[in-house]
Amino acid sequence: MKEFLMVFRNEGMGDYRPTQAEMEAVEKEWNNWFGSIAAQGKLGGGHRPGFEGKTIHAGNVITDGPYAEVKEILMGTTVLKVNTMEEAIEIAKGCPILKEGGTVEVRDIMMMNA
Amino acid sequence: MPNINKTIADLYRTEFSKITSVLGKFFGFEFIEIAEDIASDAFLLATEHWALNGLPDNPTAWLYTVAKNKAKDYLKHDAVFRNKVIVQFPELELGTIEVDISSKNIKDSQLQMMFAICNPIISTEAQIGLSLRILCGFSIDEIAFAFLSNKETINKRLFRAKEKLREEKVKLEFPEKSALDGKLNTVLTTLYLLFNEGYYSVSKNKTLRKDLCLEAMRLCYLLIENESTNKPVVNALIALMCFHASRFDARLSKNGELILYNDQDTSLWNKELIMQGEYFLNKAASGTRLTKFHLEAAIAYWHTEIQDTIEKWDQILQLYNKLLIVEYSPMAALNRTYALAKVSGKPTAITEALKLNLHQNHLYHSLLGFLYTDIDNTLAYASYQQALLLSKTPNDKKMILKHLEKIAL
Repeated sequence: MKEFLMVFRNEGMGDYRPTQAEMEAVEKEWNNWFGSIAAQGKLGGGHRPGFEGKTIHAGNVITDGPYAEVKEILMGTTVLKVNTMEEAIEIAKGCPILKEGGTVEVRDIMMMNA
Repeated sequence: MPNINKTIADLYRTEFSKITSVLGKFFGFEFIEIAEDIASDAFLLATEHWALNGLPDNPTAWLYTVAKNKAKDYLKHDAVFRNKVIVQFPELELGTIEVDISSKNIKDSQLQMMFAICNPIISTEAQIGLSLRILCGFSIDEIAFAFLSNKETINKRLFRAKEKLREEKVKLEFPEKSALDGKLNTVLTTLYLLFNEGYYSVSKNKTLRKDLCLEAMRLCYLLIENESTNKPVVNALIALMCFHASRFDARLSKNGELILYNDQDTSLWNKELIMQGEYFLNKAASGTRLTKFHLEAAIAYWHTEIQDTIEKWDQILQLYNKLLIVEYSPMAALNRTYALAKVSGKPTAITEALKLNLHQNHLYHSLLGFLYTDIDNTLAYASYQQALLLSKTPNDKKMILKHLEKIAL
């Protein structure tokens, strides 16, 4: 069993504030997708970054948030426990972020301390 | 006379564990077997004495007095033992020794015994077995029956477990505050498995199975009664047990055969237990941790809803999604797929089912059989046949055969 990292990116929503019902619908879609992966026993750990962020540049220049200068924001990461890149891609195709105009990047994971 | 035997049997179930725990606490876990022997002796004496002289006014108090006196006699007459015990309690002097049988000490001793026994240094089977023996007053025969094992195996298993706990110098005490959550988790897992042993057992002995469930609930309630252990997660577990137990009479036929959820007479569902479950589930919601027990309790709550609506199954589906994210189990994966069929239809569920890597599991093939029924009956038949091939118990086979007959018609 190998591990692959899925990286979810999307454009920021600007000033748009989704309604409670919209948020619930999106959450349910993600929940169903994660549930489906977990039911196959292929879900590893994951991270969902919060809303606070700083970016550190050369010369110790620190700017607020990831939002100001990049077009796409990191929405989160999830580890998949599957055997091949093809299998990981097949799972990533079902990700709800694709419907929202975002992307999923799939990367193989190399163990640093192996 | 049968009256006296019945009274003694009932008292044994409720009082043996209390006497053993209190004496175990008094002597130290090292001497747990002496505590067990003295408790057993007290009952033996009761059987003889009550048969001749009739029931005393207060049989429980009678037993406690005898046990206390026997404990003191033991200290008096066994010098080796006395020296060891007295070393533990240097302030004790033989003449003034009193066993504390206040209800507070009884409860505390039982809880401390629970923490001592539910210890990951012994196997979970051993934890459950010791709990049944010491905390629930089950006989070795009954434990062997519950585990579908024999007396000798159980005796050996419990003996080794006690040895191991002694070697590790386990003490009867409340865990330190910082260690409480971790230790409580082990206790809860054992109680959960004890309940499941009764609820999902293949044994047809309905009374014994119900007893196992009730004992698990009683022990869980002991944790609720104590302020320091009355945590949201404990309330979640007892809520889960209440919801499941509410269907106890509906899910087993008179001869102990399983009646599936969809075929149950819902008028037999116990409303009082459902209401108690709701009470505890509300209490469980007070914390910030969402545990596996919370999710399972919420799933069990929705199963007490009689109306078969999409909303009900969507709630169950979302909860199974979360449960699987917290902790994968084949049962949860199968149940999630069943809920998905109820919400999104059988074709969607079939696609998802085929992704599950559970080909060795007969329940997986039964699920496929159910999903294919009326969609593709040839595949449904083949799936149930595969399930039949992999199933092990006569009960399972019987149920699968019923499905095969229905499709063949």
